[in-house]
Amino acid sequence: MLTLLIRRVVRLAVVLVGVTLITFSILHVSGDPVSLMMPEAPEADRVALRAAMGFNDALPVQFMRFLGNTAMGNFGQSFFHRAPALPLVLERMPTTLLLSMCAMGLSLALAIPLGIITAIRRASFIDYGATAVVFFGTSMPVFWTGIMLILLFAVQLRVLPVSGWESWASLVLPTITLATFSTPLLLRIVRSSMLDVINLDYVRTARAKGVSEWLVICRHALINAALPLVTVAGLQFGLLLTGAIITETVFAVPGMGRLIVSAIRQLDFPIVQAGVFVFAMIIVIVNFTVDLLYIYLNPQIRVR
Amino acid sequence: MSIGTLAPPLEVAAAARLAEGSRVWRKLVRNPAALAGAVVLVLVIGAAVFAPWVAPQDPARQSLIRRFTPPIWAEGGKSAHVLGTDQVGRDILSRIVYGARVSLLVGVAAVAVSLTVGVTLGLLAGFLHGRVDTVITTVVDVWLSFPQLLLALAFVAALGPSPTTIIVVLGLTGWERYTRVVRAEVLALREKDFVEAARAMGASAARTILRHLLPNTFSSIIVLSTLQVAQAILQEAALSFLGVGSGSAYPTWGQMIALGRDFVSVAWWLSTFPGLAILVTVLAINLIGDRLRDALDPRVG
Repeated sequence: MLTLLIRRVVRLAVVLVGVTLITFSILHVSGDPVSLMMPEAPEADRVALRAAMGFNDALPVQFMRFLGNTAMGNFGQSFFHRAPALPLVLERMPTTLLLSMCAMGLSLALAIPLGIITAIRRASFIDYGATAVVFFGTSMPVFWTGIMLILLFAVQLRVLPVSGWESWASLVLPTITLATFSTPLLLRIVRSSMLDVINLDYVRTARAKGVSEWLVICRHALINAALPLVTVAGLQFGLLLTGAIITETVFAVPGMGRLIVSAIRQLDFPIVQAGVFVFAMIIVIVNFTVDLLYIYLNPQIRVR
Repeated sequence: MSIGTLAPPLEVAAAARLAEGSRVWRKLVRNPAALAGAVVLVLVIGAAVFAPWVAPQDPARQSLIRRFTPPIWAEGGKSAHVLGTDQVGRDILSRIVYGARVSLLVGVAAVAVSLTVGVTLGLLAGFLHGRVDTVITTVVDVWLSFPQLLLALAFVAALGPSPTTIIVVLGLTGWERYTRVVRAEVLALREKDFVEAARAMGASAARTILRHLLPNTFSSIIVLSTLQVAQAILQEAALSFLGVGSGSAYPTWGQMIALGRDFVSVAWWLSTFPGLAILVTVLAINLIGDRLRDALDPRVG
């Protein structure tokens, strides 16, 4: 178990360097970062900026410097906000996490019971209904779902605000939008992991012993279905964040996603790099936690 | 039969492949949902290819007196504009028809890019094992640590929006699924007797990969590609919506929805219909892909 832990930590370190490399390459992929940062500046200004930013050094040298700066949390000054980029991103993180957690909570509250029911009652009316919902949910563009909800609840019924972030009511539509995106994904995983265990021998044995159906599902089946569920849910977390970025843009939610999307439009690269890096860090941390949880939850590894 | 002893087994193989093909086809057609998906997809492709003849109006023609015309069935609708007009009086239906060109083209081309990159890396990782495998799986790990759309958005902004950039960037965000699936299949296949036999008979590594391993991953690749086209269409729409569209002459569905967002309280039809176009197209492809998976290969997640 210890060697496994060490191997996981080493992989974490390698992935972090890789993540930094890709973040670094955003600014350098076009070949000339200066014309990207100031497209209309005269040549003299460009030369000055090139020297000031150290763009004349060899790329590996620049990358090592970027790696060092990243480790110190220094992504440079935002051109647009005229302030250090990383704090600007981080101060908007709670909003994004709040939105993601609310949507995740709503999704789990819907997907777990529905997934169990559809796995038990296969080929029933409710199973077909859920399948249809999954197909529609995964085929709808998130931003369109959001606009349709605005149309219905804010424009037609006038019960909820169109956009903004003033009260709890402003949280309702973004949460539902993001949940319509994430629920079908989770529902599919819950259903298939329940189907994997529900006909195994030990579940049948429990039934044969006269354990009540409810207890069989909760105590025997669900616990063993939890392992694949945790793994896949961790992998899907990146998708949830992608959905959050789009949702924030639709509803003008002042989170990290909206900040980065407008920074991309303004070619404010320090913010873009800091933002992309922070998002990647969240996913890396979630996946690392899932890895540890997997080791802990899986008795085959824990005992060894 | 003039080639001698080699001919019969080849013919048997061809016949078997034909039988397999028609079995898959029958399974596909017998499913009403997949059949409906196929019909819809053919209509969308037809609309895209024959856009100049299908579209009732010129999609770029503006008319200020006709702006915000509602759809034909609503009060004030005009028969010339079945789905209404936008904020500068352009015909929505015609713009949707032309928009299908961008969506389908970008969707298919992006998948071609991810397929090429992903399958190559998957074959190498699975076949060569060891160091190469470790490096490739690490790259996949790193890649999966980013919200794919955000990365695509940043790179498109850095490279400047153009159809080619969008296709390459979207292609490079989806390759790792191919790598994972192909790698897993090759790892299982390389232990099989027929691969051992090919190696023992002196087949080179390249020949073993291309003639023996690759063909056995085709069914997974076909299923995955179908579903990936649907994903690529959604991603292209999201990129256009977020403001880094393909910069092409044609309107895109995502861009139309983004424009409609600003007028949502006065003209509901601006965003609604392009979104329905995306939903119907992507749903059709997903239904076909799901059926293909059942018919061809139950393993692809």
